[in-house]
Amino acid sequence: MAKTMLNHDEAPLFEALKKHMDDRVIPFDVPGHKQGRGNEELLKLFPKSVLEADVNSMKSLDFLSNPTTVIKKAEDLMADAFSADEAFLVVGGTTQAVQGMVMSVISEGETLIMPRNVHKSAINALILCGGKPHYMYPYIEEAYGMTTGVSLEDVKKAIKDAPEAKAVFLINPTYYGVTSDLKAIIDFVHQQEMIVIVDEAHGAHFNFHEELPSSAMALGADMAAVSTHKTGGSLTQSSVLLLNTTKIHRNHVKTILNLLQTTSASYLLMASLDLTRRFLVKSGTGNLKAVLGLAKKARQKINAIPGLKAFVKQDFSSEGCYGFDETKLGIHVTGLGVTGLFVYDILKEEYNIQVEMGDAHNILAILSVGDTEKRVNQLIAALSAISHKYKKSPLMLPFKKFNATQVIKTPREAFYAQKERRLLKESAGCISGEFVMIYPPGIPIVAPGEVMTKEMIDYIELLKAEKGTMTGLEDSNVEYIYCLKES
Amino acid sequence: MEFWFTEKHTDYTKLSIKIKEQLYHGESPYQEIDFFDSYDFGRFLTLDGYMMVNEKDEFIYHDMIVHVAMATNPDIKKVLVIGGGDGGTVRELTRYKSIESIDMVEIDEKVVRLSQKFLPFTASRLKDERVRLYFEDGTTFVSGKEEVYDLIIVDSTDPIGPGEGLFSRAFYENCHTALTAKGILVNQHESPYYESDAKEMRRSHAKIKQMFSISMVYQFHMPTYPSGHWLFGFASKLLHPIDDADFDRWLQRGIETKYYNVNIHKGSFYLPTYVQKMLDEV
Repeated sequence: MAKTMLNHDEAPLFEALKKHMDDRVIPFDVPGHKQGRGNEELLKLFPKSVLEADVNSMKSLDFLSNPTTVIKKAEDLMADAFSADEAFLVVGGTTQAVQGMVMSVISEGETLIMPRNVHKSAINALILCGGKPHYMYPYIEEAYGMTTGVSLEDVKKAIKDAPEAKAVFLINPTYYGVTSDLKAIIDFVHQQEMIVIVDEAHGAHFNFHEELPSSAMALGADMAAVSTHKTGGSLTQSSVLLLNTTKIHRNHVKTILNLLQTTSASYLLMASLDLTRRFLVKSGTGNLKAVLGLAKKARQKINAIPGLKAFVKQDFSSEGCYGFDETKLGIHVTGLGVTGLFVYDILKEEYNIQVEMGDAHNILAILSVGDTEKRVNQLIAALSAISHKYKKSPLMLPFKKFNATQVIKTPREAFYAQKERRLLKESAGCISGEFVMIYPPGIPIVAPGEVMTKEMIDYIELLKAEKGTMTGLEDSNVEYIYCLKES
Repeated sequence: MEFWFTEKHTDYTKLSIKIKEQLYHGESPYQEIDFFDSYDFGRFLTLDGYMMVNEKDEFIYHDMIVHVAMATNPDIKKVLVIGGGDGGTVRELTRYKSIESIDMVEIDEKVVRLSQKFLPFTASRLKDERVRLYFEDGTTFVSGKEEVYDLIIVDSTDPIGPGEGLFSRAFYENCHTALTAKGILVNQHESPYYESDAKEMRRSHAKIKQMFSISMVYQFHMPTYPSGHWLFGFASKLLHPIDDADFDRWLQRGIETKYYNVNIHKGSFYLPTYVQKMLDEV
């Protein structure tokens, strides 16, 4: 909930943009489409108002690289709404927010403690800044084929093993909605005089309903990257980087963000952030209450379908799962005798339903402020039809669990090292020079600098066989991988 | 003062009906609901501004949505009606003594209660003891049911809006599973005439054709619906609507109808060339 009592009826950036449009300012600046007049093709997709709002920075609309007027006011309101001291609007996705966050606290040669199931953007940030990862291995829920969260004990052990670390990176929540005991972890890390930064890409709605897990900033984290576009309701690619200023200075973060961000920030994206903040503060709680109600009903109905299990907190070990976001409708599907990747494809191809992700064991449907009971019922009807049509005996997947691999080189060393191409199938024991990921969720199976293991290779082959969208490798057929040259 | 109800049939074509009196205006969680009294069509119900049912031509729609299937399989005992909040479809079904149960699933209770008040001519038989009313989403009601119904009638609004889920492939598959071995599915199948309706007609037919061994379309004329030319889908696991129809038994029942007769039954499956072509091409 908002920390102070700023006037959240205001939307300063949106209002300035609206005024600019109402004034019918004559544009002799970029963008060259000049409100769509110069490119009629655009009007086939975008209403005229969208093209009129697509403007460039100017004095009356402030500058994202050094905000002092309407953008700064929008950022102050944003910070207030998300219980932070300061906020930055970000237009390069939460990838940019995460990179800005990591690079604000870690410099060349410094160590960052992070869970192994981070999004690639965090490891990419280490390639950019030259930091060293010290991985924590989150709890593995074998039955669900997924990793959940790290515990306070995991963090304590990591700090003991890497006392030189400067900061701890946490995820709140995981893609499937699992959270760690963030309060206890933040307090402990702060006692060790380290910084806590949090990837809150999937928790943009947390601060607006008390039945949801707490947001990182409200619990005292130093920084958090929040994907307002994911579950908050703003436009795709718009995001927010939040900070509490006890340990981190706003101007330092601003300098780092300016390394990474465009100088032509989209006012469509920024205005959508301003309006979304107003919407979340004013109507978020009521809307999220309805979403939680939908999620509860949906789980009951899905769990009555043979072969399916829509999991909640109680289904996971408390070692890895402290809290759970029920708006993430994760469904375990191997009870049907098929993989999550298969159900993901069938839902789209046969039932015209796009879910967020499918992995070997599960699918994930995201419920948000935009959903209605009728639409959720269509998903349930499709799952029921799939169960009737495809159900056979439960699928026992050939692999059980991922053991930790060794990190031989930092991501940056591996990224820039001399490399040679190898057949992926024969790469066990080599040091990878590349990422291998399935997208979504974009969590690396292998990251640069890590030793390839047979388990990893088997898992990649399974994902390939199930037609998962593999990314990261230069070879788009995912047959070859660049490994470090053996010296 | 002149008071007219106007419905856009396309962006460029309208139908207007002069109104005597507006009987009701209100909203439910699902739609905007209006009842009018008019000179030419008597009382009528509109949802979100679209004509659903009126006193003058409802007999055509309700005759055709019920009697074709009932003549094809006279042994139908268990019937599911999805939608049909005005009660007209149930009214026609209750005329068959051989039917044992009629489950009607309508998401919007308000439409049913208001129809009972304003449209007694269609809603009169909802209190028949064989009728059970369920106010919930038909999409999920039918999910998971196996071989329960001999006949499912989908008496729905158009696919854009609250009726969307009742045109989905998942819904049709779940209906197939819910039907008995001789089961029949009759559904509101849009119109071939205006392109936006025809598009939905083709999409709907493409989905149903894939799962039912017999999938046909039959026509009737409906003066107040766009173009006046409307279609129902007839999908069946076993029985052909003409070859297997038992017209003698239907005639023995002595049910009086105003639109339906056995010749119309047969003739309604003979479609204009352009319509047949559209269906053949999906």
